[in-house]
Amino acid sequence: MLDAVGASRIEDLFSSVPAQLLDPRLDLPPALSEQELVADLERLAARNRPLSAWESFLGAGVYRRFIPAIVKGTISRPEFYTAYTPYQAEASQGTLQTIFEFQTMICALTGMDVANASLYDGATAAAEALMLAVTHTGRKRVAVSAAIHPESLRVIETYAQGRGVAVDVIAQANGVTQLSAVRDALTAEHAGLIVAQPTFFGSLEELAPLADAAHAVGALAIASVDPIACTVLVPPGEAGFDVAVGDGQPLGLPASYGGPHVGFMAVRDALVRRLPGRLVGITVDKRGRRAYTLTLQAREQHIRREKATSNICTNHALMALAATIYMAKMGAGGMRAIAEVSAQRAHVLAARLAALPGFSVAFDTPFLWEFTLRVPGDAAEMARRMRDGGIVAGLPLGDRDPALRDALLVCCTEMTPPAAIDHYVDTARRVAEKPQEVRA
Amino acid sequence: MSMARQAAWAGEEPLVFELSTDYTGGPRTVAAGVDAPPLSSLLPASALRSTAATVPAVPEPVLARHVGRLARRNHHLHHGIYPLGSCTMKYNPVVDEHLAALDGFASLHPYQDDEDAQGALELMWELERMLCGVTGMARMSLQPAAGAHGEWTGLRMIQAYHAAHGDLQRTRVLVPDSAHGTNPASAALSGLEVVTVKSNHDGTVDVEDFRAHLDSSVAAIMLTNPNTLGVFEKDILEIARAAHSAGALLYYDGANLNALVGVARPGDMGFDVVHLNLHKTFSTPHGGGGPGSGPVGVAASLVDFLPVPTVEKREGQFVLDHERPRSIGKVRSYYGNFGMLVRAYAYIRAYGDTLPQVARDAVLNARYLQARLAPLFPMAVDTPCLHEFVATTVGGQVEGLRAMDVAKRLIDYGVYPPTVYFPTTVHEALMFEPTETESKQTLDFLADVCAAIVAEASEDLAFVQAAPHNAPVERVDEVLAARKPHLRWRPEPS
Repeated sequence: MLDAVGASRIEDLFSSVPAQLLDPRLDLPPALSEQELVADLERLAARNRPLSAWESFLGAGVYRRFIPAIVKGTISRPEFYTAYTPYQAEASQGTLQTIFEFQTMICALTGMDVANASLYDGATAAAEALMLAVTHTGRKRVAVSAAIHPESLRVIETYAQGRGVAVDVIAQANGVTQLSAVRDALTAEHAGLIVAQPTFFGSLEELAPLADAAHAVGALAIASVDPIACTVLVPPGEAGFDVAVGDGQPLGLPASYGGPHVGFMAVRDALVRRLPGRLVGITVDKRGRRAYTLTLQAREQHIRREKATSNICTNHALMALAATIYMAKMGAGGMRAIAEVSAQRAHVLAARLAALPGFSVAFDTPFLWEFTLRVPGDAAEMARRMRDGGIVAGLPLGDRDPALRDALLVCCTEMTPPAAIDHYVDTARRVAEKPQEVRA
Repeated sequence: MSMARQAAWAGEEPLVFELSTDYTGGPRTVAAGVDAPPLSSLLPASALRSTAATVPAVPEPVLARHVGRLARRNHHLHHGIYPLGSCTMKYNPVVDEHLAALDGFASLHPYQDDEDAQGALELMWELERMLCGVTGMARMSLQPAAGAHGEWTGLRMIQAYHAAHGDLQRTRVLVPDSAHGTNPASAALSGLEVVTVKSNHDGTVDVEDFRAHLDSSVAAIMLTNPNTLGVFEKDILEIARAAHSAGALLYYDGANLNALVGVARPGDMGFDVVHLNLHKTFSTPHGGGGPGSGPVGVAASLVDFLPVPTVEKREGQFVLDHERPRSIGKVRSYYGNFGMLVRAYAYIRAYGDTLPQVARDAVLNARYLQARLAPLFPMAVDTPCLHEFVATTVGGQVEGLRAMDVAKRLIDYGVYPPTVYFPTTVHEALMFEPTETESKQTLDFLADVCAAIVAEASEDLAFVQAAPHNAPVERVDEVLAARKPHLRWRPEPS
């Protein structure tokens, strides 16, 4: 091969690089055989104590749900995981069709008209939705409910700051957005309002009045939704929202220490040309057969450069495929069934804990499978002592809001056995009664 | 290897919505096992959805065949070469998939205590240091989800750096006309003004034109090195000096790092901010469009502005550090696409100190393929290429043969087309990047196929123009798709 390119040594191929730059010291360890590599990674994995090693009541945006085997069976196929972005439609019909199916399912869950091919995660999807509102309205101020996920709020702030967009955080009360505060805060300068359903605290918003309040000042109404919750709750499209976003992790994706998950975004027809990211559409081939292709690419960076609706290029297609297969296996009925089981368990746990002295459910708003629990004393300390009983008791909220120093965000899913609920209640009672010693 | 190899595609496949309309049933699920009323009694009626979402439950045997048939309608790396320029479609080691799926990684929740995540944090800490070593940067954030996200993160840090120096007037970013589209789009998303700088005919920076644009309004210069024509930026050290003396920072788009990985470092060239594409250079799979991972490295002067949290090692324990007062803040949820970080860590550990061989073999493969294709297609530039090269059908053996025709005919031979019509500075561009993981036999096969296509075109141009003939669909009508957008399936009105 060197002869064919007219070089005597492979190093000669780099003659265009200044000699002073070549062959730096890299300080890399020696190469590993596959056997040694597996041993090293298994050692690191074993240093973690994942949720599977605990009785876990931790959710807070990332949910441990049962993943049917066909989900991993599909995304482990090289036909999907090694494929590139389907720019050449004729060689990518498989990927394109699954994206089209994903788009349709997201529309069905959210009650919106059009969904894109995916975004990175729920937080960046929320930020992109507000940037969409900024472009659409020409306004440079957005309103964000304090009850959305704190990760989303922080990411929105970073996106907004770069673009010179002001962020107004609307107070929450009782675990939900305070409607009167929304009405007071929103002005004709606001491009959009974003709320979450359920909220970060597990509570359910009353969606329609929030959409109305946004529309009253000409702002877009944006909802960040849990996709499984969409199978049981009034979807944002029906409640009058213009944009729905969210994180698809509950749809068959492992927690994986926070990623990769998958963001989604769906909008009303009128906003389709403002959507960020890729879109797949149906068309025909030369013989008139149904075919799929990426479309409306004049919104995207590789065509429009600095005038694109977003800079996103690589998205989270494989995670969207996992979500698609999960949804097809479960169907709306199956997802509704696990939503119901999760909610029933959470309500039983909440009621039994609230009966213990010193404990209460923090908010009296309706909730599904996650709720904010007031505990006697410091919640972080409580959680530390529950760990001794093999329980991850939830997320202490004091770091996020000093007023919630005695609050834990507690979650049940179909992966929370009834025996673990019994154990949680017993352990919580003992921890509260005997502050000194708790051992399972 | 026979060139007559069939692509072995399957026929038409119904949509999943045409396979089932069961919106209320579904697979057996676990019983609640607690004494609680149904959901309809737990929530106010006004909160409940009145009609089922039209997501059908598909019986698993039907779904499995749907998946299997769709799989056959995709080109993929286990089927054949993917010589996409600037995309670095190298082979993805199967073991990396198994490692990322280890329960100790996959079941780890991002809000577990640091003490439960010591293995994950150690992996991230080590990966950061290895990537810093390979790029010559001081620190790196592993958080950005993709290259474009890394670009935006890097530009936000550059904005914060200039703001900290009181340089608020630095609002412009210089981008060569041959740059990837994400560069100007990321600048715009950061609220920065894009100034397009002309490049020389080989895609390198026109240093005189560049100097003419350098003033106190310039925040950064974004460069890809080697550039999108596969040519090393020969004046890079001079460009870096000029940029820095004008107070601007130099940004490295790592899309083409596979040409240089382990052989030369962006940090040594004078770059201040570097993003990597782990899904290119470090072999995490493309997944049909993602997920990727786009870590961003910075020089010492920008470390304070890194996104939160960073991973630190304190008294032998690994911790997430959220308390960084000068940070630009959070750029995404949690800590990055951790599953991709596991794969990239495994990839680098497997090569270890032999990593430079990746770039050497990648360049050798590109040069060899270029030599084999040169008699068929004129090259866009005569400068020797590094890991990729751009050819064109203009001025080639067959008048009227277009890049798109070559691309679509390649599909018939089980070869994915190269990147076409990019960079836009070259007419009828065919941008080839074979990567280091292709064998000589595969490169020869690709060259033989290209020769066969040129021969076919000189015999019967219309036949090549009508390609593909052997794919699951014939040429797809993209104009119709855009004119009449059909972006979702809708149930038949009942």
